[in-house]
Amino acid sequence: MVLQSLKNCLWLSCILRTPKACFRSTASGGLIIQSVSNDVYQNLAVEDWIHDHMDLEKQQVLFLWRNSPAVVIGRHQNPWQECNLRLLRQKNIKLARRRSGGGTVYHDLGNINLTFFTTRKKYQRMENLKLIVKALKALRPQLDIHVTDRYDILLDRQYKISGTAAKLGRTSAYHHCTLLCNADKFVLSSVLKSPYKGLKSNATPSVPALVKNLFEEDPSLTPEMLLDAIAKEYAAQHQIDYHITVINPADETLLPGISNKTKELQTWEWVYGKTPKFSVSTSLNMTYKDSVLDVKVNIDVKHGRIEVCNIDLPEQWLPPGLYSELVKNLTGSKFCPNETTTLVTTLLRVCPQDDELHSRWSLLCENMIMLM
Amino acid sequence: VCIHRVRSCSSIRFIKSKYVCVFDKSALKFSHQQRLFRTSAVSCGQIVQFKLSDIGEGITEVTVKEWYIKEGDSVSQFDSICEVQSDKASVTITSRYDGVIRKLHYSIDEIAFVGKPLVDIEIDASKGVAPEEDVVETPPMSHEEHTHQEIKGHKTLATPAVRRLAMENNIKLSEVVGTGKDNRILKEDILNYLAKQTGAILPPSPKAEIVPPLRKTEAVPAAPKDKARKIPMPVSRPIVFSGKDKTEPVTGFQKAMVKTMSAALKIPHFGYCDEIDLTQLVQLREELKPLAEIRGVKLSFMPFFIKAASLGLLQYPILNASLDENCQNVTYKASHNIGVAMDTEQGLIVPNVKNVQVCSVFDIAVELNRLQSLGSAGQLGTSDLTGGTFTLSNIGTVGGTYAKPVILPPEVAIGALGKIQVLPRFNGKGEVFKAQIMNVSWSADHRIIDGATMARFSNLWKSYLENPASMLLDLK
Repeated sequence: MVLQSLKNCLWLSCILRTPKACFRSTASGGLIIQSVSNDVYQNLAVEDWIHDHMDLEKQQVLFLWRNSPAVVIGRHQNPWQECNLRLLRQKNIKLARRRSGGGTVYHDLGNINLTFFTTRKKYQRMENLKLIVKALKALRPQLDIHVTDRYDILLDRQYKISGTAAKLGRTSAYHHCTLLCNADKFVLSSVLKSPYKGLKSNATPSVPALVKNLFEEDPSLTPEMLLDAIAKEYAAQHQIDYHITVINPADETLLPGISNKTKELQTWEWVYGKTPKFSVSTSLNMTYKDSVLDVKVNIDVKHGRIEVCNIDLPEQWLPPGLYSELVKNLTGSKFCPNETTTLVTTLLRVCPQDDELHSRWSLLCENMIMLM
Repeated sequence: VCIHRVRSCSSIRFIKSKYVCVFDKSALKFSHQQRLFRTSAVSCGQIVQFKLSDIGEGITEVTVKEWYIKEGDSVSQFDSICEVQSDKASVTITSRYDGVIRKLHYSIDEIAFVGKPLVDIEIDASKGVAPEEDVVETPPMSHEEHTHQEIKGHKTLATPAVRRLAMENNIKLSEVVGTGKDNRILKEDILNYLAKQTGAILPPSPKAEIVPPLRKTEAVPAAPKDKARKIPMPVSRPIVFSGKDKTEPVTGFQKAMVKTMSAALKIPHFGYCDEIDLTQLVQLREELKPLAEIRGVKLSFMPFFIKAASLGLLQYPILNASLDENCQNVTYKASHNIGVAMDTEQGLIVPNVKNVQVCSVFDIAVELNRLQSLGSAGQLGTSDLTGGTFTLSNIGTVGGTYAKPVILPPEVAIGALGKIQVLPRFNGKGEVFKAQIMNVSWSADHRIIDGATMARFSNLWKSYLENPASMLLDLK
């Protein structure tokens, strides 16, 4: 077994590194690889790596992967608009931004991901989705599944079981999609519901859809079975051996530069900072002592940072100097609860030591933090 | 002015700054020097309209989502220009030409049309316009000596700027490993190659052979002679360093820290340091650790340090006080909310354990565990981070012995704990024994705290920790 995997490693290494047209492969037409990792960032990094470094002229690639719980937003989306960030943090669900377009999806081990790599010229989403449907029907002929013109796959004409997105570069392209086998629908619906009000943005919105797991239709189905069936069909259509090569996204020798790609995908600047400009206009309902205050707030966020911040407080509720200090410090700061918490508590150290003042400050700041 | 530029290549090549006239400085960044010589009496450049190429699948329009360049920027062929989106597909549009961006035809969120101009690029007149289809390589500049370098019958990809850099340094492109798209050779690849080359030329550093200085003056004339023998050979190739300074604005939490630390340094600090023998405490902790684990809590030394500090503050409450802005009043705080400095990704965060005066060592350990896990997850709340009255900073976990901690306003004292070291010490009988020694460095506000008070507090704290059983007597 060890010898076999070593051979695979060397062979794979050859394929991945070889420059254009010097390579003569025994397996022509296609390559099927599967990730051993369930880390969404590592797997997205593999996609980036293949897109940037592999020559897809002679052979196309099918990449199979699954992730532990994560929410993945599209390249040009707004995470505040798309999901419940507070819930994600509480439940330790990762948030990733992929490089392809499209909408937001929830991944867990009950969902499989398929990426079809081709040259730019051979980019063909419909064909790929038809391949998947063919594979599923071969596995379970009774399934009522079809592809819509929005590139979704529907079960029983109404439930979405797969969503699609794509990335096109100069010479290569990839089309990836999800496939719901037995994902946690309860978590899915709760994390994909945004609690944030008053958001105005030109970011790509997601189109919510009714979803269903294939498992609900046929409890004998497992993610592994689906992966196998699709890989078999891919092999058949590309006239290659049905052979899945296993790949480790942490292997820097096999995939030089991959750890940098993985790191970049995890940076705040990528995940949150790439959010298109948006604004938040809402009211804070603050209960202070015996009265309820309705405080209008207006925040403009650019590159994930607060560009403009206006808080309509009753006059003298906070000393004007303090209010302007708060606004001055919030400007340019990340639109992030942790950053804001540490910022406002640090500022409090140099405020006059007055209990009344401190409780007003804390109340206001806590309400502001809830917006993030 | 143009005529002056047409001189022999070698003399003028490295005197870039003089000839900035027609092209703005950004054009020189990509070192298109040959271009300068070429444009002699002819007008600057030809403006080409770079049209949005076919996306595929019959798509005719896309939305522009992000520009990677702006008007006036220089671009090289294959540089990313913008990101557009169409029907769930995100497309990176790359430049077909080297040149300067003169006009962006769309702004963010506007719809762009396939086949219509996307940007206007000003290219060098002598180069000519590349054919309309997306070709992998465009014809190189004809006067370059290194045109297509071939590796095993195939052309290497490199922009003209990269080729020039290789040529200047007498590097054959075929010897360089490309790490860019399609194995394109990037500037970084040339620089890495160079770094490896120059490394081979330099002899081993002379530092290892320096003779230790001798007291006698006779040694002095010997030193220059030694030096003369060890001067390294001058490097024949110019070492190219392409690092640039990076300036970022100070924002958010960092900005707030600037304000706080500036206020802190207005406090007249004085320091007091001592060493603590923790031999007995180390043993005690070893015994108690498993008990705490059974209860599901990780027990470090901090809960002991914190509790001992609180016991000390009961005797010296001025260290748990606060001075108002005008230094008119001192407020003695009833609660001992002891802050624990934590090093997180963001920087120095100081959550505090509330009311240590009524907490047991175990209670403190539980609370510390909670604060530590919230801290590393970036989820500390405002109440965790406010209300502190006294701070301990365990810098020893990172390293170091003595420190000079800065008081966190509105507090008046702070202690920094160094690392625990095993050192030889003498006991009462004059025998040497193995001791677990930790250093503590206190800083206090000299406006209301005097040296003697700090020293006495420190001694009391020290005595509790050196003889943990004594803590039992005073526990409330």
